[in-house]
Amino acid sequence: MPKKYTIHTKPAPPKFYPVGKYATIEFRENCAGSCKECVKKKCVYDIFKNNYLHMSNMEEPEYLYTCNSCFRCIQECTKGIFSRVINPEYREIGDEYYTPDVINRTWYQAHTGSIPVSGAGYRGPFAGKGFDSMWTDMSEIVRPTRDGIHGREYINTCIELSRRPERLAFHEDGSLAVTVKPILEIPLPILFQKPKFGVLSKKVLVSMLKAAQTIGTKMFMDAADIDETLEPFGTVIIPVVKKENFHEFTDLLKRSDMVEIDYEPGIETVLDALKTVNENLVISVGLPLSANLDYAGIGVDLSKTAMDTLHVYADYNGREFNSQNPRFIKDMLRDIHVALVKAGTRRQINILASGGVSMAEHVNKTIICGADGVVIDRPLLLAMECRLCNRCRNGLSCPVNLETIDPEYGSNRIINLMGAWRNQMLEMLGAMGMREARRLRGEVGRSMWFEDLEKESFAPIFGERKVSLDVG
Amino acid sequence: MNQKINALPETKPAPSRFRNTIGKYIIKRNSSCIACGKCAELCPYGVHIKPENHIAPFRPVEHNCIGFDCKDTDHYCIEHCPEDAMTLKANPLLETMGDYRWTPEMLLGHFAMAETGCAPHVDLEYNLGNSGGGFDKMRFKKPDSTLAVNLSDEEMDTSIELNKTGDGRPLKTISIPCYGGGMSYGSTALSVIVGRARAAKRLNSLTCTGEGGYPPEFLPYKDHVITQVATGLFGVREETIQNCPVMEFKYAQGAKPGLGGHLLGEKVTEAVAKMRETVVGRPLFSPFPFHSVYSVEDHKKHVDWMKEINHQVLCSVKVSTPTDVDMVAVGAYYAGAHIIHIDGSYGGTGAAPDIAKKNIAMPIEYAIPKVHRFLVEEGARDKITLIASGGIRNAMDVAKAIALGADGCVIGTADLVAVECVRCGNCESGRGCARGIATTDPELGYMIDEAYVEQRLVNMYMAWRKQWCSLLRSFGLKSIKDLRGRSDLLIHLDYLDEEERKQYQPAPGYKMVL
Repeated sequence: MPKKYTIHTKPAPPKFYPVGKYATIEFRENCAGSCKECVKKKCVYDIFKNNYLHMSNMEEPEYLYTCNSCFRCIQECTKGIFSRVINPEYREIGDEYYTPDVINRTWYQAHTGSIPVSGAGYRGPFAGKGFDSMWTDMSEIVRPTRDGIHGREYINTCIELSRRPERLAFHEDGSLAVTVKPILEIPLPILFQKPKFGVLSKKVLVSMLKAAQTIGTKMFMDAADIDETLEPFGTVIIPVVKKENFHEFTDLLKRSDMVEIDYEPGIETVLDALKTVNENLVISVGLPLSANLDYAGIGVDLSKTAMDTLHVYADYNGREFNSQNPRFIKDMLRDIHVALVKAGTRRQINILASGGVSMAEHVNKTIICGADGVVIDRPLLLAMECRLCNRCRNGLSCPVNLETIDPEYGSNRIINLMGAWRNQMLEMLGAMGMREARRLRGEVGRSMWFEDLEKESFAPIFGERKVSLDVG
Repeated sequence: MNQKINALPETKPAPSRFRNTIGKYIIKRNSSCIACGKCAELCPYGVHIKPENHIAPFRPVEHNCIGFDCKDTDHYCIEHCPEDAMTLKANPLLETMGDYRWTPEMLLGHFAMAETGCAPHVDLEYNLGNSGGGFDKMRFKKPDSTLAVNLSDEEMDTSIELNKTGDGRPLKTISIPCYGGGMSYGSTALSVIVGRARAAKRLNSLTCTGEGGYPPEFLPYKDHVITQVATGLFGVREETIQNCPVMEFKYAQGAKPGLGGHLLGEKVTEAVAKMRETVVGRPLFSPFPFHSVYSVEDHKKHVDWMKEINHQVLCSVKVSTPTDVDMVAVGAYYAGAHIIHIDGSYGGTGAAPDIAKKNIAMPIEYAIPKVHRFLVEEGARDKITLIASGGIRNAMDVAKAIALGADGCVIGTADLVAVECVRCGNCESGRGCARGIATTDPELGYMIDEAYVEQRLVNMYMAWRKQWCSLLRSFGLKSIKDLRGRSDLLIHLDYLDEEERKQYQPAPGYKMVL
């Protein structure tokens, strides 16, 4: 990796109006007409400036989307003709996990490359499900923090994907007595994968690959989807194969430096066969976090084979598959990590996790729970203005014409998002006093968990907790 | 001294700066109105006003309307209007205001308190947020009615001591268990910070410079202004340490724990640059941490340095809330601090990365009992003042924080809400706050004046004081100092059986669109 890795961002304004939270409404029939105090002229954000143009062009007025909710037009209009509602479209986008707020912040980061900043404190619930039931620690006075974000101290976010030897051995003359395979590392603990659904035109995929190439990460794609037009991306692509079809992609595997094979019982035998195709091939096994699999046990077994990286995946919202009462990825990861630590193999292999990573904070939290890095897909679509409206799933047209996106523009937006995410990672790592993303792996000591804090601070006062918070 | 502490400032109406106020209800009078003036005659809350020399009544003052509760009274204007010209409905605008921590009703409640100096007469829930945890799930126990004392507000003591060390430095007492958090010259309009200082003087409390230097406008109120020494050391001079009764070392702040400060270039105007001795238009970063402090010994050196510059000054140490906040507090005590100020992660007034506010460091509700207990065990609790901040929104939060173990609280956001901040969160963007509060823009700065800020803050704190007095009386306590550490008076809804829980007001738990 380069000496000092940075992600260079440049603004990429949206092509379509982002769906804003507030819609300003005016009861125009009550307007005084030629009022000298017109609040529209005084708007600090100038959102009414081109109002008349929208009317003549019969376009949607921009102020439906750009209101900054200062309430001044509502409170200062001499006739009181303004009011405000929550934009009905805003309520409709996303789902319970990818909330409209998450989507809007993702758009903002993809547009500007900056991290979301706001005043007046935190606005959300006290604690919540999943990742919202943990906080990260910070250093105070006696343990130095790291000033990473402003570049005065370098914080390394690099991770490895290849297997590490258990120990080195040397001959008497000091030369190495073991073969050390080439080390495969990426400068960012975030990899991409092709989303399971969405508008997945060639242009969309190329945008993702271009971004991955620029920032030095990799992208998982079904081997069957890789054609000659994607050849320029070479080892950026990690082909995903199955036990029964990997023979068909021998040429591709020879050109690749990493491959993923879907887990199925008895897969261990195939891993050696993959190494015979290309001995330097880094092998990842894709393991679904399904309630009917003993994923921790399987992880331990696989760690003793030729596997380099275990890629565990939950559903989009980080939940276990095939369960009435699904666990959340943070708890499943803890189990796998701890099982591997106990088995003494955790240091040799890497764990990648996907599912439930929708914001920058989830990257660090996933790593704290025991992963080395994360794999994302939905945020990539969001960066390209996807609204998660699910119209494409029903065969309807895409409101932001994703299929025809210019890959230059699309990759710019993804790079911006990754730049903003990395900066936020650095903020958290710096606050924890860490200079290495790798040191964060499984480092629960640098985090605080809802259950523990309640027990430590509140149990001595209030006794036993009677309502269990659903933190899973 | 005692006279000064007990002298309460006068509250007087300080109406909104804005023409159209926001109320819980909307009441409209339509064109059928014959201007008979019946509504103005009836309404005891001043919703309808018709001066004698006016033909028609003024537009209804909606935020004073008590809404549908009025139905059961004999002054319900809707029913008494001879022309049926009046309509009443809940204000749909409320859905677009506030958030889980500061609900719309909490905002409106504080606007009303700042306007009148009394608890709002409209049915607003201003003591509880909708966050579903922490203070919002805590309640004071039902007091035993035989305990109640019959004392007037004037006879009650809400003062706290800031110097308990007995080190020969001045004893400092403030009349309310709160003082103002640091807001720097540059981040907030000058009229706001000076207005806060004026209010602090009248309330016999304190306010803090923040990390932006000490504008000369503070000098008339210097006995009530804390000088903050933060990592950037902007505007810190020998005389600013000599001016102040208390100086505050800011090691970290709750809004961005573990991160440095950042003042955007746009806010660095000529005056700000001069005050901070920097260049106009250039963004200013405060490093993190103090690069001269990497141990408690280094920290002691800092404290000694300040104490040497001003032999009368008290030292406050402001830290955030990491896992080992209790150790940090004890370290501060041994280094000779008079006040340990812990700043929880959910608060903050200035712009900060969203990721930091939500995720880094623990909420203040957990930190207070942790630090309090540790200081008790260390035998140091009565020799240091513990101040909590970061997510303390209202009078009952202050009381709960004190019952959990703090001596008092530092308030920031509520001060801004008192001067009609709607928490839109755009403090940092472009020209800054559109409501003229957190801005250095010359045009937006005209929106607010010092006298308004002063009176609104006095009103709000006096309304809070009434709440504290009433709470203390109900438990038979005469002084808020007696409430400290009385966590036995608190319950947490999640720690009660279902039957017991029914006795208390349920926690708001409605879904909001964020």
